[in-house]
Amino acid sequence: MLRRNLKGAYTIWYRDVIRFARDRVRMLAALGQPLLYLFVFGTGLAPAMSTATNGALDFRQFMFPGILAMAVLFTAIFSAISIVWDREFGFLKEVMVAPVSRTAVALGKVAGGATVAMFQGVIVLLLAPVVGVKLTAGQVAMLIGLMLLLATVMTSLGIVIAVRQRTMEGFQMMMNFLMMPMFFLSGAFFPLRGVPLWLAWLSRIDPVTYGVDALRQQTLRHSVPAGLLGTLALHPIRTDVLVMIGLSIAFVIPAVWLFGRQE
Amino acid sequence: MHAIEVRQLVRKFGDFVAVAGIDFDVHQGEVFGFLGPNGAGKSTTINMLCTMLRPTAGTAVINGHDVSKRPDGVRQSIGIIFQDASLDDRLTGLENLQFHAMLYDVRRDLFARRSAELLAMVDLTDKAGEQIRTYSGGMKRRLEIARGLLHHPKVLFLDEPTIGLDPQTRRHIWQYLLKLRQQEGVTMFMTTHYMDEAEHCDRIAIIDHGKIVALDTPPNLKALVGGDIISMRTSDNKAATARLKSVRQLDTRPGPDGQVIVETTDGDRFIPQLIDVLASAAPAISVQSINLSRPTLEDVFIKLTGHTIRVSEADATQPLRQMARMWRGGARR
Repeated sequence: MLRRNLKGAYTIWYRDVIRFARDRVRMLAALGQPLLYLFVFGTGLAPAMSTATNGALDFRQFMFPGILAMAVLFTAIFSAISIVWDREFGFLKEVMVAPVSRTAVALGKVAGGATVAMFQGVIVLLLAPVVGVKLTAGQVAMLIGLMLLLATVMTSLGIVIAVRQRTMEGFQMMMNFLMMPMFFLSGAFFPLRGVPLWLAWLSRIDPVTYGVDALRQQTLRHSVPAGLLGTLALHPIRTDVLVMIGLSIAFVIPAVWLFGRQE
Repeated sequence: MHAIEVRQLVRKFGDFVAVAGIDFDVHQGEVFGFLGPNGAGKSTTINMLCTMLRPTAGTAVINGHDVSKRPDGVRQSIGIIFQDASLDDRLTGLENLQFHAMLYDVRRDLFARRSAELLAMVDLTDKAGEQIRTYSGGMKRRLEIARGLLHHPKVLFLDEPTIGLDPQTRRHIWQYLLKLRQQEGVTMFMTTHYMDEAEHCDRIAIIDHGKIVALDTPPNLKALVGGDIISMRTSDNKAATARLKSVRQLDTRPGPDGQVIVETTDGDRFIPQLIDVLASAAPAISVQSINLSRPTLEDVFIKLTGHTIRVSEADATQPLRQMARMWRGGARR
């Protein structure tokens, strides 16, 4: 029984990965938005940012980890939302009547969404040399781990939301009221040091904040002076990782539970 | 043990009672038809039997497994061919089968042999390597049928298996289904709107307003409506009428175009006797033409439910789905 369920979860994961690998257009399209932010937004704000830090910080480098988080966040949520499509187009039925427990299916879905989101992050990571971010192999390995963790948190959260939805209509709402705020509050675009208290608190309850914080410290380790990086960091990486592990557990449990309960 | 045993099965959606306590058994190896107007409770019933919906009350046992208590056992025993496509359109035909084999834990060597056999049977061997989005509706349905059989189910559920397909494909699929039953003794539980297909069933249950209003073999159901109708032309209608009355105590009535109409049971066996009776009269009455018509399942259906059976409005959602598909194509996921 356990073997069968593991195989079932693997099957669900495998499907997401095949679909991702096959969809070149989607992969490239998903690069478009980060590029836009990085080069238009980043270049536009670079002079102001440079003045503020006496030329020590290139704003595009500052943004780069935020863009990584963005790629992961969006891809993870979109993967979770594909449940709604699968329901709409009937494929979910094929899975739901298979002799595999719903828990295994839900966990396979989390794993699939997280893997795909991590891959998308890795694609964005290829832009690092373009903005002058230097990465060692060890850093890349750490970043992959961090992105996978952030992706797990976000996919689980996405499933909690998607599992109740019957149509794609609620999607735009979610985009406006959940994903964009989570992204903006995460400190991806601006340092969260010295911001008003309300903003500090909102970003503290934003799961993405911890992902961005950890990704930033890890990505810029060899590109930004340690003293400056220290002033940009919010928490030690260890704290970020522990919070994300806690959040992924906190979201996976209701995701699995709700997935199993649906008819 | 029956393949399917249903007792007092009920399903409510809020206050609405979709299935109002139904009972039936399906024998091993039987082709069992489930007919009813739209909204009569067909899909709700099939979904409960497939463990997709939880019954509000009552029990259903499939191949010895209770749908509420042992859904895993049920899922292991059944195959389902859905009314709407449930294939992944971004995967190839073979990948869809592979995915199914993985979910159902079909051994690798068994899968290779079985998938090749099934693809050949549904004539999709050449298309197996292509993505489903390039398939026509008929090809998708054929692939779904192949997929539903991949894991050797004991009971096969077919929800409108041939809806929207051209007559040639329908015939092909039926030939295949009947062959399958003969070779493997698979029990089939099906819903259909096509009365000619319902004729293939060993027994038929007719459901209306959530209740089973009739359950019997097609000939017995037709007998509910009335007997067979023989209309004939003879050399002397008046003499023929008198002769049938005196010898066989049969009432006749005049039909259009100088015909005589006799209502009887077992019309095919009665015709030779009828000709003999008339020929042995003095003077002999000769039969010039004879025609037997039998009540159809459609007539049964109308009598029991008050509606003609309609082809499901599945097509009404088609443009919507198309739109949704385009939306998806444009959106980044």
